[in-house]
Amino acid sequence: MTITQTDVLERVVTQRHKRRQGWRSIALIFMLILLVGFTLTLLLGQSFTPPLDVLRVLLGEPVPGASFTVGHLRLPRAVLSILVGVSFGLGGVAFQIMLRNPLASPDIIGVSSGASAAAVFAIVVLQWDGTVVTVFSVLAGLGVALLVYALSFKNGAAGSRLILIGIGVAAMIESFIGYVLLRAPAWDLQEAMRWLTGSVNAAQLSQAWPVLVSLLVFGGLLLSRRRDLDALRMGDDTAAALGVKVGVTRVMVIVSAVGMIAVATAVTGPIAFVAFLSGPIAARIVGSKGSLLIPSALVGACLVLMGDYVGQFLLPSRYPVGVITGALGAPYLIYLIIRVNRAGGSL
Amino acid sequence: MTSPAGLKDATPSFKQNILLRSAGLLALLLVLLALCFLSIAVGTRDVSWPEIMAALQGQIDSVGDAAVATRIPRTLLAVIAGSALGLAGAIMQGVTRNPLADPGILGINTGASLAVVIGLAWFGMSLAHTYVWVAIFGAGITAVFVYAIGSLGLGGATPLKLALAGAATSIALSSFTIAVVLPRNDIAGGVRSWQMGGVGGATFDTLLLVLPFLIVGFVISLLSARKLNTLALGDELAAGLGENVMLARLSAGLGAILLCGATTAACGPIGFVGLVVPHLCRLLVGVDHRWLLPFSALSGSGLLLLADVVGRLVARPSELAVGIVTAFIGAPFFIWIVRRQRVRDL
Repeated sequence: MTITQTDVLERVVTQRHKRRQGWRSIALIFMLILLVGFTLTLLLGQSFTPPLDVLRVLLGEPVPGASFTVGHLRLPRAVLSILVGVSFGLGGVAFQIMLRNPLASPDIIGVSSGASAAAVFAIVVLQWDGTVVTVFSVLAGLGVALLVYALSFKNGAAGSRLILIGIGVAAMIESFIGYVLLRAPAWDLQEAMRWLTGSVNAAQLSQAWPVLVSLLVFGGLLLSRRRDLDALRMGDDTAAALGVKVGVTRVMVIVSAVGMIAVATAVTGPIAFVAFLSGPIAARIVGSKGSLLIPSALVGACLVLMGDYVGQFLLPSRYPVGVITGALGAPYLIYLIIRVNRAGGSL
Repeated sequence: MTSPAGLKDATPSFKQNILLRSAGLLALLLVLLALCFLSIAVGTRDVSWPEIMAALQGQIDSVGDAAVATRIPRTLLAVIAGSALGLAGAIMQGVTRNPLADPGILGINTGASLAVVIGLAWFGMSLAHTYVWVAIFGAGITAVFVYAIGSLGLGGATPLKLALAGAATSIALSSFTIAVVLPRNDIAGGVRSWQMGGVGGATFDTLLLVLPFLIVGFVISLLSARKLNTLALGDELAAGLGENVMLARLSAGLGAILLCGATTAACGPIGFVGLVVPHLCRLLVGVDHRWLLPFSALSGSGLLLLADVVGRLVARPSELAVGIVTAFIGAPFFIWIVRRQRVRDL
């Protein structure tokens, strides 16, 4: 024996240490990007606001002009973008990890459309507002998730069946959204776009509270299950052998991921493909260095924040953020299918 | 696709079968006529019997007459669009040997509508007959694209791979469609209502515009029935029997693309008709495409007419686009088919 046991142990320890270091620096870089993006969106809009003015507005001092543009327009928008981005990124990657399939993200299997349909129905037809809408859309999101799961359950759940059934359910829900919007008293394209592709137009700081609370509750719940979720990546049997209570974990993950996504959707609509894109992007960058949850949440926030900025200012005409993320996510979706098919995988 | 029904067809009572099926076709035709009448008589506005008769004779004297008169072209459009979609679905299921194939699910209708929207928004397309060409072009490109993606890798175009490729392409293309339409407030309203998929705005001009394309499509499609029967045996066996597999696929596919491209140009993307109808017809007449295709065409008309009438009745005083109704009928059906498939086949 040339390698002693302590040698191996030491090597494992240093490797682990290195990986954790790598993960931390990646998370830090994401945070920095997000911070820079946040600052830039506060400084730059139709016009440039000096950093000092922005700081004074943030501290609550009245500044002529800047109080409105920064405090009333840019800040709520940026805050809401980050919060819903984190919600979508976290919820999406939780589903993708749990079902071990990038296509099984809530915006493809109909969970987001379910929450959106409930929100638009509550607002347009029942004329509710506030917390009731949020609760209703969380319940609807959970209902759709359970429905898709139950429908795809037959001699065990097969991932591909779940995705196809989810797509079918999503098609039905989307035509229901079309129906509700058609019956809306005033046909408003902006409002329609919100419920079809998602937008942070006309954001208010008061809207950020429910999203923040849901992030703290559901996000906390999800992060507390982080280790179990990572074990699920290796398959249900392996996870069970490692001591994970698979059933409980699954229920907790579904409830918390759907909760986050539905609350965010009730405010901004289902921002297209953010839940679907964040996980794979984070996975590409993080690799096997550690948990995907937090990096994916940060990627989601970056996507919404930057997508909204691009849609507002960098293109010849204004687009809601959902259109930008939709146009980004669509080619990736096709690329993913091509790659998986070519590799001969069964998804 | 050798289901038990297919085996039964080979029994000696072949002539009796032909009689039975012809009778079935006739019965379907009668049902269709009844539905046509229903579609003219029933709608958002209640009309009286004399008003219906007057309008059918071409008088437009009262509001009721006028209401009935607008229902005539829409009924005709529903009939031809429905049969085109039903037929296209049956052909696509035959060509791809895939129970999940449908112009909507494979993204072909979305491709056609994206092409039309791009033509409208970027190239200022205004001539009505260019719509149809552009839609068919878009449908063709999308069909080739989806089939190419779906048949990559081991095992060729399995139902799951094709359906996923189609669904993904469809989702992708619809987000592009939104991005193209949104900055154009002048066309956005019209495009959005067209995108719901409806026959409400039909006039005789729309009908005449798409009719030539549909007729060509119908002829090509119906002529390919025998080829589809051979293809159903599997590519190797079909080639062994002297069929040029590639050519058979191409010609039948061309017929289907003409049908769904022209239909999308006239009514917008309508999904699920092409999925539901061939499955139901297969239960009735088995897997012989020479019977399946005409049955699918007639039942497609019936389904779309029925969906249109339902859409007019449930949302009074407004009306529901037929595309929404077919999605409500078709999506549960889609889920049922997916559930029925064994995991291995998926």
